[in-house]
Amino acid sequence: MTALDERVDAQPAPARRHARLRPGRWALPIWGWLVIAWLTSPIIVMIIFGFNDTKSRLNIHWQGFTLRWYRELFQIPDLTDALKNSITIAIIVTVIATVMGTLMGLGLGKYRFRGLGATNLLMFANIAAPEVVLGAALLSLFITMGIPRGYWTIVIAQVMFSIAYVAVTVRARMAGLDPNLEEAARDLGAGPYATFFRITLPMIMPGVMAGALLVLALSIDDYIITSFNAGQVQTFPLWVYGATRNGVPPQVNVMGTFIFMFGVLLALVAWATNRRRAA
Amino acid sequence: MRRARLGARLAPYFLVLPGWLWLVLFFVVPTFVMLSMSTQTGDIVAGFKQTFHWQNYSNGWDQYHVQFVRSIIYGLIATGLCVAIGYPVACWIAFRGGAHKSSLLFLLLLPFFVSFVIRTQAWSTILSDDGIVLSRLKDWGIVGADYHVLATPTAVIWGLTYNFLPFMVLPIYVALERLDPALLEASSDLYGSRAATFMKVVLPLSMPGVFAGVVLTFVPAAADYVNAFILGGSHTTMIGNIIQTEYFTNQDYPTASALSFLLMVGLLLGVFAYARAVGTENALEMAAAQ
Repeated sequence: MTALDERVDAQPAPARRHARLRPGRWALPIWGWLVIAWLTSPIIVMIIFGFNDTKSRLNIHWQGFTLRWYRELFQIPDLTDALKNSITIAIIVTVIATVMGTLMGLGLGKYRFRGLGATNLLMFANIAAPEVVLGAALLSLFITMGIPRGYWTIVIAQVMFSIAYVAVTVRARMAGLDPNLEEAARDLGAGPYATFFRITLPMIMPGVMAGALLVLALSIDDYIITSFNAGQVQTFPLWVYGATRNGVPPQVNVMGTFIFMFGVLLALVAWATNRRRAA
Repeated sequence: MRRARLGARLAPYFLVLPGWLWLVLFFVVPTFVMLSMSTQTGDIVAGFKQTFHWQNYSNGWDQYHVQFVRSIIYGLIATGLCVAIGYPVACWIAFRGGAHKSSLLFLLLLPFFVSFVIRTQAWSTILSDDGIVLSRLKDWGIVGADYHVLATPTAVIWGLTYNFLPFMVLPIYVALERLDPALLEASSDLYGSRAATFMKVVLPLSMPGVFAGVVLTFVPAAADYVNAFILGGSHTTMIGNIIQTEYFTNQDYPTASALSFLLMVGLLLGVFAYARAVGTENALEMAAAQ
């Protein structure tokens, strides 16, 4: 590197300073893209095999292109019911967990109070505990109390593991806010409710939306905790898990593709609105 | 005036209460119920009675310590692989991402838009004995005709590493992102080589992120049973599979509870011991904040 280059490098653009950390100019990006390719390969396989004209029960070998599974998407009644359950449960869980988690995040982010540490510990334990144990413990409670497992025990279980995630997301958003704004609203004569709905809520909205999206994804995706508390009720992941030993029908790939596209779309919309709001 | 002040003092409690109640009712209480169940005796037909039969624990350990140890080993290997694979990726995005950081993170999180079970199932398609990869390798004579990946420990660890990698990359990325660029400059001004800057500045400062990543990866990996079920075979059974079987197939709730409790205590002790050894204060807090 010549002296001139050195001086150009020393220009104050902060992004350039990081450039000195280079274990090889190409190694890092190549590695990064390889890992991203590795991470996305099962998704690509899922999408492609939704178009596979498979004749056998095992959807493993490529046998030509077809749109048949898109036409016959709802031809497996059990699978369709499982998907419906997954979607309605996800909506209910998202609403409940987002409301409770947001309130919790507000309390934790705004106030110092006795029991703050205990609440943080409770949330940490909830997030850190292995899923098998969360599911098994709740099942033990339901068995002991003689509560039959089904649709609503799934809702209870999923809300239980979602609240802390929303609370943490909302609290993180609170950390960057100016408390003077709320005070200003109150000084200008706004009551506590008006202050909350017109000042606080709009300010934390990106955090609330991020939390809600996270819950939606966690709920639709969850297998382990749900399987412990589902009884005879099937959700989409439960049905797929049950089908793995006998061969997963291509309809599952198609449904997975739709859920994937919907999730990506939702995330992109949320991202774009956040950006516009920030600008 | 006094009423308003009292209201303000109670406000945080009202806000926290609903979520708190839900967590106590459906997370804390059940844990104690499970503890109580783990020392009961009886069977599903006659019912279970509390007899403080602590032997459930020693019996459970005697019977299933192989699966216990196997789960810990698989979890450790997967976590180690996640650090090795994920740290450079986090560096790449944090230091070289430029204006595309969020897009790259988005790509990294793409797998989460597909169900965990389906992703794992897709790997079983890819890795199957005459599937896309192995049939090519066999055609080219790189591996023998009876070579297989599924039903081996390799397949299970592969799946675990794959499924939990993003949980490792994210916290490391956050830690690296917080790193003050002035520190890197200071290091190079003081004639620190790139390697020295990395070893003495970047690596130590990113340790809280690595710690959080290790906890977030190791705990779910060691307790997982979906990968072992879909990608594994009879010799790769993990403790999660055993717990599930004891609950649902054998309906031996006391043994199942004892095993779950043992697993939780074992993992939590491991996490706390690790926290002390690493000595990162606020590390648990950091893990919780992810």
